[in-house]
Amino acid sequence: MSQVRTLRPILCFLSLLCFLYLLGVSAAQAQSQPSVYAITHAKIFTLAGSPIEDGTLVIRDGKIAAVGSSVEVPAGAQVIDAKGLQVYPGLFDALTQMGLSEIGAVSATVDTTETGNYNPDVVAATAVSPSSEHIPVTRASGITEVLAVPASGGFDSGGGRGTLGGQASAIHLAGWTIDEMLIKKSAAMVLNFPEIQTTTFDFSTFSRKEKPYTEAKQEYDRQINELTDWMDRARHYAQAMEKGSVSQYDRDLKLEALVPVVRGELPVLVFADRARDIRNAVEFCDRQKLKMILAGGEEAYKLKDLLRSKDVPVILRPMLSLPEDEDDPYDRELSQPAELAAAGVKFAIASFDNSFARRLGQNAANAVAYGLPYDQALRAVTINPAQIFGLGSHLGTLEQGKIANLMVTNGDPLELTTDVKYLFIKGQLTSTENKHHRLYEKYLNRPKAQ
Amino acid sequence: MSAPTIRGSSRSPFLYFFYLLSFLYLSFSVSAATPPDAPSVILIQNATVLTVSHGKIEHGSVLIKDGKIAEVGQSIKAPAGAQVIDASGEFVIPGIIDCHSHIAAESINEGSVSVSSMVTMEEVLDPDDIDIYRDLAGGVTSANILHGSANSIGGQTLVIKLRWGQPASKLPFEGAMPGIKFALGENPKRSNFSLPGQPRRYPSTRMGVEETIRGAFSEARDYKKAWDDYNKRVAAGEKNLIPPRRDLKLEPLVEVLEGKRYVHSHCYREDEILMLLRVAKEFGFKVRTFQHVLEGYKVADELAAEGVGASTFSDWWAYKVEAYDAIPYNAALMTRRGVIVSINSDSAEEATHLNQEAAKSMKYGGLSHDEALKMVTLNPAIQLGIDKRVGTIDVGKDADLAIYNHDPLSAYAVVQKTLIDGRVYFDREKDIANRAEVEKEKKALTEKLKKAEKKPEERKPEEKKPEEKPKPPAPTPTPTAAGASQGGAL
Repeated sequence: MSQVRTLRPILCFLSLLCFLYLLGVSAAQAQSQPSVYAITHAKIFTLAGSPIEDGTLVIRDGKIAAVGSSVEVPAGAQVIDAKGLQVYPGLFDALTQMGLSEIGAVSATVDTTETGNYNPDVVAATAVSPSSEHIPVTRASGITEVLAVPASGGFDSGGGRGTLGGQASAIHLAGWTIDEMLIKKSAAMVLNFPEIQTTTFDFSTFSRKEKPYTEAKQEYDRQINELTDWMDRARHYAQAMEKGSVSQYDRDLKLEALVPVVRGELPVLVFADRARDIRNAVEFCDRQKLKMILAGGEEAYKLKDLLRSKDVPVILRPMLSLPEDEDDPYDRELSQPAELAAAGVKFAIASFDNSFARRLGQNAANAVAYGLPYDQALRAVTINPAQIFGLGSHLGTLEQGKIANLMVTNGDPLELTTDVKYLFIKGQLTSTENKHHRLYEKYLNRPKAQ
Repeated sequence: MSAPTIRGSSRSPFLYFFYLLSFLYLSFSVSAATPPDAPSVILIQNATVLTVSHGKIEHGSVLIKDGKIAEVGQSIKAPAGAQVIDASGEFVIPGIIDCHSHIAAESINEGSVSVSSMVTMEEVLDPDDIDIYRDLAGGVTSANILHGSANSIGGQTLVIKLRWGQPASKLPFEGAMPGIKFALGENPKRSNFSLPGQPRRYPSTRMGVEETIRGAFSEARDYKKAWDDYNKRVAAGEKNLIPPRRDLKLEPLVEVLEGKRYVHSHCYREDEILMLLRVAKEFGFKVRTFQHVLEGYKVADELAAEGVGASTFSDWWAYKVEAYDAIPYNAALMTRRGVIVSINSDSAEEATHLNQEAAKSMKYGGLSHDEALKMVTLNPAIQLGIDKRVGTIDVGKDADLAIYNHDPLSAYAVVQKTLIDGRVYFDREKDIANRAEVEKEKKALTEKLKKAEKKPEERKPEEKKPEEKPKPPAPTPTPTAAGASQGGAL
């Protein structure tokens, strides 16, 4: 029994290899060879209506051509018999540093955060490394697209993240170049909302530093004034652009980048966790007429009515995290998604990380364990993030005409032990092989040491 | 040392003041952290019992008498006066054992020297650390509390039981072998922690880490010899001998040489793992466990041959160079080559779902359900030398148990109760029922604070007195709330 279990993943892997070989394409080549696939006899969770038993899904030219229980298999289609398997939309990790950071502790491999407080013109897509080992590792867990977010923290941020951190890019987790990977170059503007910080963490001495409240408040007010000033100037710049008089103004790349923000066309991804900061952020964006998306939101539950009434969606941190305060219930973060869902707040669940991106499904499942209805958990890692970033008509569900980012699994994609059998990104069968797999194979076959 | 979290680093002075108030309040009331009752007989029934040692019992019962497991079986009749826990549809497993934890400690890094064997976790135990309760709520019943990894040879470690509500003196796992933390690689050589303008501390290479350990054990061997000679001469009847001078740094290393103290060594790369095995051989001691050991899969045969345990993470990787070859198949690969493997947390948060982390070894490397569960129960018990007492559900063992509402190797499983020594230290139902009370208490305190803030001149005379002595005068006049924040930080 146990030997069979050991062999199972190898066999799966070998059969996948054979399959690819028989098709005469490698996953990489497949990128440039659009073809027709038909996944048959699968239970299909479209997330747009009830699951289809014994359904067929047809992929053509990168898009979902048809999905249903009585769909014909087109002539010449590559057929995947998925009897006993299930089909789901690929997962969308709505907040990562994918491609921007390889090894957290090595600054030479980290391009997450630019120096300075106001960098609205920098764009994540510029620095995404298509060869990052994180990409194949992450997609092996069924994650087909992510938002790469600059100035979004992580181990490597060194504490400082700036205020206007740059533009987040939505990318597919496959492609030879960033152009092939790109879904939306500018999907949101990062705003690390100023906090009234009486305590800061000093990385150079690894200790906390205290500051009197009045001083902290003054510093906060100064930052808000500065930020307001940026928005005002961007608005003037937009007017100048409309009048065609930018040349007199001198071209200003930073203000130019903020124009879609002040016009309300580009959403602002606002990082705030504490209730006070969230409230301040909502009020600020309301005043400035910005389209706000809240990122972090550890205490979003305290402002659920406000968020609901202002239609502010939330990108939640992993629920597998401890509560902020000692006297919070121990499961405060775990039960928050259920609470937000009940209050009608729209949210996505994200990893906020690179190497832990593959825990996305695990986090969503834990939210279910603490009260979130299962279908809402699934939506929080598929269609919700797609909709929040204006990609809802292209991704997130299995519907005709959408980009064919999907996975074929042997079970619930949120459960720890489920395997992704086939992965499609942009309608191409994409390898789930990765660095971890390669090392596994290599050392599994190490001859016994003498 | 893992990735530090700085979220929540900003705390309003209001909150600090609140903390101070709650602290004062709690020290006069005994509301939150009182240990639970200890009923002498408990029967858990109708549960799926995952014994770990002898398979699964459907609709099983576990009878607890005086804190020990008295009977395990299909249907046990409740003795008269027994407290009955109906666990229909639920799963009972041995309490989770975390082989690498830093909870319940006031501080963990004596980072000034590379051999800090004189310091000990027992002296900094903090029984009020809320993370004890949070981990308890994750089914953890015992944990190996380790010193940090800034030193080649770090401080002395301690195995505790998570007896929330008990004083520090009641936390240590009675009779558990004491341990000591070693650390290899990037952390002891301070690769990621150098301060600009400051000279680097020796060692700053893996070569230097080896020599630091060899140097310390050379000294320890000499020290041991001095004492052995002295004791021999005393035994032979010699009088008026001057005993060797006591050395608190070398004493624990002598205990390592004598096999009276376990070595738990933090490590990542294959080369440093083999290095420590060579040094251990040279000086004649054993390494009990390698901790993290993310490249353990590369030298699994060598680990197995030495009988060293491996305590690793489920799927952490890429946070530093030495973690770049870390793979989630590590636990399975080492297990297949005969290494006793546990999955540890190194984090108060990760400890709350070690059951889930263990489950990943079924996906990555195809371990069985039983093998996976062992990695957070029996295997860490073996590694810590406490497997005669805990780690499986067997008659005679301590009644340290966790009860889940689903199969614990699922992401949907939630701990319902955690028992230690036959006492229910965590009960989800009670926790939830108690929340309104906690909220009320918090509100009352907040009201009190608001009143206090309104009349700062009135409360000054009362509060000034105890604060005056330990504190130098504040450099600038600060508002009352900020002044309180300094008090709270004490």
